[in-house]
Amino acid sequence: MIEERFDAIVVGAGMAGNAAALTLAQRGLKVLQLERGEYSGSKNVQGAILYADMLEKLIPDFREDAPLERHLVEQRFWMMDDRAHVGLHYRSDDFNEERPNRYTIIRAQFDKWFSSKVREAGATVLCETTVTELAQDAYGRVIGVRTDRHDGEVHADVVVLAEGVNGLLGTRADLRERPKPDNVALAVKEMHFLPRETIEARFNLKGDEGTVIEAAGTISRGMTGMGFIYANKECVSLGIGCLVADFQKTGETPYGLLERFKSHPSVAPLIEGSEVKEYSAHLIPEGGYNAIPQLYGEGWVVVGDAAQLNNAIHREGSNLAMTSGRIAAEAIFQVKSRKDPMTKENLSLYKKMLDDSFVIKDLKKYKDMPQLLHIQSQNFFLTYPQLVSKAMQSFVRVDGTPKTEKEKTTLRSFVKARSWTGLFGDAYRFARAWR
Amino acid sequence: MTTELAVRVEDKLFYNRYLVDAGRAHIKVRPHTVPSPALLTLLKACPARCYELNDKGQVEVTVDGCVECGTCRVIGEPSGDIEWSYPRGGYGVLFKFG
Repeated sequence: MIEERFDAIVVGAGMAGNAAALTLAQRGLKVLQLERGEYSGSKNVQGAILYADMLEKLIPDFREDAPLERHLVEQRFWMMDDRAHVGLHYRSDDFNEERPNRYTIIRAQFDKWFSSKVREAGATVLCETTVTELAQDAYGRVIGVRTDRHDGEVHADVVVLAEGVNGLLGTRADLRERPKPDNVALAVKEMHFLPRETIEARFNLKGDEGTVIEAAGTISRGMTGMGFIYANKECVSLGIGCLVADFQKTGETPYGLLERFKSHPSVAPLIEGSEVKEYSAHLIPEGGYNAIPQLYGEGWVVVGDAAQLNNAIHREGSNLAMTSGRIAAEAIFQVKSRKDPMTKENLSLYKKMLDDSFVIKDLKKYKDMPQLLHIQSQNFFLTYPQLVSKAMQSFVRVDGTPKTEKEKTTLRSFVKARSWTGLFGDAYRFARAWR
Repeated sequence: MTTELAVRVEDKLFYNRYLVDAGRAHIKVRPHTVPSPALLTLLKACPARCYELNDKGQVEVTVDGCVECGTCRVIGEPSGDIEWSYPRGGYGVLFKFG
């Protein structure tokens, strides 16, 4: 396929792969990036929120020409039961700033733009090419990749695996295990198109302001999962995801959940009359710190979703992907600058640098959270949302019942459902996992 | 109920663009007489409903509507029930929005 040898091959053109390829090319390395889609972005699925800070580190003036949807001025959290939601709502005019902090984006469009920057920086980007396996020498060192093109073996000093959550190449080469059903969530999403003015009226927005709704509760039928609604310029991204292990256990269907979420009385009016233009599905790494695999080896590093770098609590993934891609590239550049070989020992610099970044620090902070939410999913996603909803209704409904009596009934309902030990235990475990 | 859902998923997939690699399915089900529990799980867990029971009660896969999420790999590959790869470069689902 390609006779020449590269300094680095980047597999994949998502957030992590593009960040890595861009950084390597900017530092003057000879980079080949391989992508299986017809263009960079055509296989990539995300909600999607873009975090400006992490992109600024790569492309400081990205706001000039990146295809951004809306900058977020508002965040809503909904705890849902079947007919209601209890909300926490934060909106601030401070987010109407010159350099907004977060944006909604449409990944296929954004990634195409991101890829154009990678090309401009000098990397060779080859699309419609599926990498089928890693090429290894007799000692197991990674020396390049094999692709589905004719004579498709290419060699490089180092391979950056930015292959996404499934991490097929890494598994095939025994570098790491295949994701486990309790470490990944399956999310399904639809793109609902509406006139711009309709979106702005329904979500209380003006101009390019945007909002995000994250929803948890009975919508996931007792499974560990969340729904989301993101306002773009002329469409609404709406989806729901739950752990694959929970789908396995319950026999719920992903599209069944999606339909129920859409028909919830709090959700239906937001998308009424919309035209759906796409249905997608994607796995999301949810295992957190304890699910992070070996991140580097002889001639390779792994970044982004393939390394399970996703903060499930804060719903952050693309920024961890971008940052890990950039840091891996910087580590490779340092090794290369010293004219050292891309050995496991030398590439451990990537891990060291990543440990010092927010990526690993944040994942470490919440390391016990994924397991707690999974084991306690019935309580956190079914029992508590129902109890809280009932309590709120009792609080706001005026029906002549004395308030002390209402409070007693509410308290009794909590104790009956979880017992005092259960309530304190849940609070303690949650606080500890959050710490 | 089942038919109603089946129709709905097909409707959803109709929104999407695909380039089908005819004759080269990227997922294969291991031949069996009685389907394993893992295979039966895929009938419901696959978001594109690619897995169906045939009239002999065996699980079959049709990958034309696959959205390449990898859920069936996570569930069905460890036991060897299915073989899973990505489609060849350029083929498969072509997301407009993603």
